[in-house]
Amino acid sequence: MRAYITRSLLQSLIVVNGVLLIVFLMLHLTGDPAGVLMPVDATQEDLARFRKDMGFDRPLHVQYGHFLFGHGEKNRGVLRGDFGFSYRHEVPAMGLVVEHIPATVYLALISLIIALAIAIPAGILSAVFRNTWIDHLSSVASMFGQSLPNFWMGLMLIVVFSVYLRWLPTSGYEGPQHVILPALTAGLYATARIMRMMRSTLLEVMGLDFVRTARAKGLGEASVIVRHALKNASIPVVTLVGLELGLLLSGTVVTEVVFAWPGVGFLTVDAIINQDYPVVQAAVTLLAIMFIGVNLTVDVLYAWLDPRISYR
Amino acid sequence: MAVERTIVAQRTFDQVEGVAPEGPSGLTRALRKLLHRPPAIFGLVCVAIVVIWAATPGLFAPLDPLDQSLERYLKPPGYEDAQGRTYWLGTDRQGRDILSRIIWGSRISLIVGIATVLVSGLVGVTLGLLAGFFGGKLDAVISRIVDTALAIPFILLAMALIAILGASLQNIVLAIALRTWIVYARVVRGEVLALKEHDFVMGARAMGCGTLRILVIYLLPNVLSSAIVVATLYLGRMIIIEASLSFLGVGVPPPTPTWGGMLSDGRAFLDTAWWIAFFPGVVLMLTVLGVNLLGDWLRDVLDPRMKRLAE
Repeated sequence: MRAYITRSLLQSLIVVNGVLLIVFLMLHLTGDPAGVLMPVDATQEDLARFRKDMGFDRPLHVQYGHFLFGHGEKNRGVLRGDFGFSYRHEVPAMGLVVEHIPATVYLALISLIIALAIAIPAGILSAVFRNTWIDHLSSVASMFGQSLPNFWMGLMLIVVFSVYLRWLPTSGYEGPQHVILPALTAGLYATARIMRMMRSTLLEVMGLDFVRTARAKGLGEASVIVRHALKNASIPVVTLVGLELGLLLSGTVVTEVVFAWPGVGFLTVDAIINQDYPVVQAAVTLLAIMFIGVNLTVDVLYAWLDPRISYR
Repeated sequence: MAVERTIVAQRTFDQVEGVAPEGPSGLTRALRKLLHRPPAIFGLVCVAIVVIWAATPGLFAPLDPLDQSLERYLKPPGYEDAQGRTYWLGTDRQGRDILSRIIWGSRISLIVGIATVLVSGLVGVTLGLLAGFFGGKLDAVISRIVDTALAIPFILLAMALIAILGASLQNIVLAIALRTWIVYARVVRGEVLALKEHDFVMGARAMGCGTLRILVIYLLPNVLSSAIVVATLYLGRMIIIEASLSFLGVGVPPPTPTWGGMLSDGRAFLDTAWWIAFFPGVVLMLTVLGVNLLGDWLRDVLDPRMKRLAE
């Protein structure tokens, strides 16, 4: 077990390094990072001075070293959390991103809770009432759910609930009524996937011997399902829920833009459009690290929950 | 001799794993299956309409998609102008006909969707074959690359890349494919891990086949059906991603009509002119639904073992 955790940790570190490398190389793709970072109307002299100031005239690996470990007094390096200053807001990029993380985490968690509240009962019902209208209805709903562009669903929710019925606000972040529409939008795909997973694992478990034994010894159907089948069907579902949380943390970008939700996604889209790349680099790195962290936790929990897993 | 051997080997494999045999009987059966599946027929109709639109938009679009006039901006569906032209789905803020723009917009969606599937399929299948066949260090390296690509917030990276490199069709396809090859690589790697233990691979090896030959002639045909199934099941997702990028402002630049760009235009008028954002979204959803229903059918025909993959 300890060896398994150590190995997972090491692999995660390699992945974090890969993420940093990509984030670093992003600006060098055109071959001239100064041209990417400076305004279009910058003069040749400006560009040359900027290149020298930023160290873009040095070899790439030296620049990567400076990017990671810092160089001089102004740059402490991303490993110490220094991504430089946001050009637009003139504050440290990292701090700016960190400020916006709670809104994104809040949205992701509420989305997940709503998704679970819909998907788990629906999945159980369609497995229990297999091939009845309940099952058909929920499989049609999940097919639509997977085909619906979620940002369009968000726009239509605004039309119906904000513009027409005037029940809920279109944007903002103050009270619980603000989170409902964004959470429904962001959680759409998670809902459809968890529902299908719940249905198929429950069906699988209900075909196993121990369920037949439970029935044979005279237990009522409700008791068989709740006390025997559900318990055993929950492990794969729990894993999927963990994965979905990881996906949601960086998957709320479009939803945040639709509802002007002040999270990391909204901040970063704005930064990309305004060429504020230190913010983009910090946000991409932080979101990736959060994803890796969630996945690592899920992996370890999974290994701990299910004794059948071998720690290869 | 070698050719004969391949066929025999494949047939044995087919029997073992229960893959539908190729040839006319398989095709007939597949088509008969299609006719008994109303959802698949519905999917086929949706996809066929969009494909025909994309191939010859000029024949179907009633009006010029770029013709703007401020005299008729934000007109509701069914509006008729002084010249007697009807705007069936209304007009946008520049007075352009929404229906014609939807029909022309199908082009970008399909081109980007198909091109991304091809590029990511090519990369993913190749890397999956290599990782599965050679294992060891190469597999470990490719697996870490997969983990990295999974961890990066994809939409943000794609947006940043397109913003840096420029919003051309080619860059959009590459930015999307950067993430989506993973699915192919994973599926193919898994298949190859199982396949390479089979007798026909060892037989080929014993007959003196080189590694490249085994990969291309013996393994590739056997993983192709899974790759095709993944491709159909993911085509819909690619189309949604392209629309998301256009919606976020890094799609193919205006005035070229794109569905995502139209949705983004409509966002500002949700309270006054709902039709601008409504109709392109409906068509986008029906297209993706159609592709997904066809994908489900194709999966059942080609590869019944892959039921769980879609989830």
